[in-house]
Amino acid sequence: MIIVGGGLSGLAAAYTLAQEGLEVLVLERGDYSGAKNVTGGRLYVNPVRELFPDLWKKAPFERFIAHEQVVMMAKERSVTIDYSGSELAVEPYQSYSILRAKFDRWLAKQAERKGAMLVTKNRVDDVIMENGRVIGVWAGGEELRSDVVIACDGVLSFTAEKAGLRKPGRANDYAVGYKEIIELPLEVIEARFNLEGNEGAARLFMGEVTQGMFGGGFLYTNKESISLGVVVGIHDLMQGEVAAPELIDLFKQRPEIRRLIKDGNTAEYSGHAIPEGGLKAMGKLFGDGILVAGDAAGMAMNIGITVRGMEYALASGYIAAQAYLKARERQDYSAASLSVYQKLLDESFIMKDFNSFKDAPQVLENPRFFNYYPEMVGDMMKEIYEVPNGPKKKIFPTVKSRLKFGELMAMAGDLRKVMKI
Amino acid sequence: MSEVLGLKEKLGRNVFKHSEHRHINIKEGREKDPQLKKAVLVCPAGLYSVNDNGEVELTIDGCLECGTCRLACGPELLEWNYPDGGAGVQFRFG
Repeated sequence: MIIVGGGLSGLAAAYTLAQEGLEVLVLERGDYSGAKNVTGGRLYVNPVRELFPDLWKKAPFERFIAHEQVVMMAKERSVTIDYSGSELAVEPYQSYSILRAKFDRWLAKQAERKGAMLVTKNRVDDVIMENGRVIGVWAGGEELRSDVVIACDGVLSFTAEKAGLRKPGRANDYAVGYKEIIELPLEVIEARFNLEGNEGAARLFMGEVTQGMFGGGFLYTNKESISLGVVVGIHDLMQGEVAAPELIDLFKQRPEIRRLIKDGNTAEYSGHAIPEGGLKAMGKLFGDGILVAGDAAGMAMNIGITVRGMEYALASGYIAAQAYLKARERQDYSAASLSVYQKLLDESFIMKDFNSFKDAPQVLENPRFFNYYPEMVGDMMKEIYEVPNGPKKKIFPTVKSRLKFGELMAMAGDLRKVMKI
Repeated sequence: MSEVLGLKEKLGRNVFKHSEHRHINIKEGREKDPQLKKAVLVCPAGLYSVNDNGEVELTIDGCLECGTCRLACGPELLEWNYPDGGAGVQFRFG
């Protein structure tokens, strides 16, 4: 059994199969697992908690997220919704900030402990096909044969592409996320974000941060650093005036951000493409002798407030392992036999989520969310809070003057679409 | 200091391991393709630029291997591969 890629889906599959006593070989091109992986910053544990019951106690998480904020960022002002609830601060915590180089490396160790074999610094160069079925891979000048290959090689998945399961991705279906790791002393982070103990904060920013393009900014507190970055639709970025590197620099200079990262040390600058095309953009997930999991399968989802991918990677790796075990009982690794993978995925939260939110990519493409609304909300707050020299205008007419008939109709239209999510 | 650093300085904070080969190359004859100019906008590491002749050039050092240019420009314009095993960027945080 060969797994291409030692990230979350590959390691989840390896861990699960090794636990069953099977021989598993994971091929990872980085110096270690996580060396090529990037997250914005957070893992939601609930969907995958029971798939790996022994893992979580010792997992190298950064902070549990107890404070959520959404910031609507206009050009000159911003309006923030702050959500802190007791449910976020009791165990088991629902989400944690993480750093992939640390987390994946640790997960690789757990898989190895179960008996999986991990070969790092080893890039898979090609897929070996025989009569239309995958029978192995070429890696490091060697031919490696396997009854099934699990493609867990990330967002571009050349393995799935070479096996004919997917076409090269299109800009419309992907975003690019990039971020800085900004180191700050633990006490400074706790003071600036009002955190107690191992609590963490997550902040999403929409509006001016992407200059009206599809996407947003994000900030997650780690133990002794902050992950600060931008996610933006690649297609939108291609139409724009401003280059990707400039967006994050402008973001850093915003007063809302500047003071949070003051005197911090940028320790790393990373970036990664993210599948965001949803159900419609997914390729085929299985074929003769091959299964596809994680980002390689297009399993990441942006529904505005929550942006998720890593749980889907972990769960699809686990399910791919289950599918392989079923095919193994039959000693039949044809596409027909491996189609049990699709069936198991359909029954799981993964495909249920992708079906529930299948309209999200189209709904969220609406540019009004990224420029009009943040500006409007900011303007309204300005007028409500403003105390002028002289008499203050009545509040309701002020608000009403912004919400003329045409505008209300447009908002109702947006709302109707949002209600599909 | 976490002020604005400039890309060179920012990329200098990363660990990169030398690669024998350039893992991304612009296909011959496509250097002036308008679609390729989009790479200048989308690359988070700012590795694409347009020279005086209107041709797009790619500096490979500093590549984050994010895949964005391949998604923006496609295999028609870019010969795209990951660096050899053990080469290229090695994230310490990610």
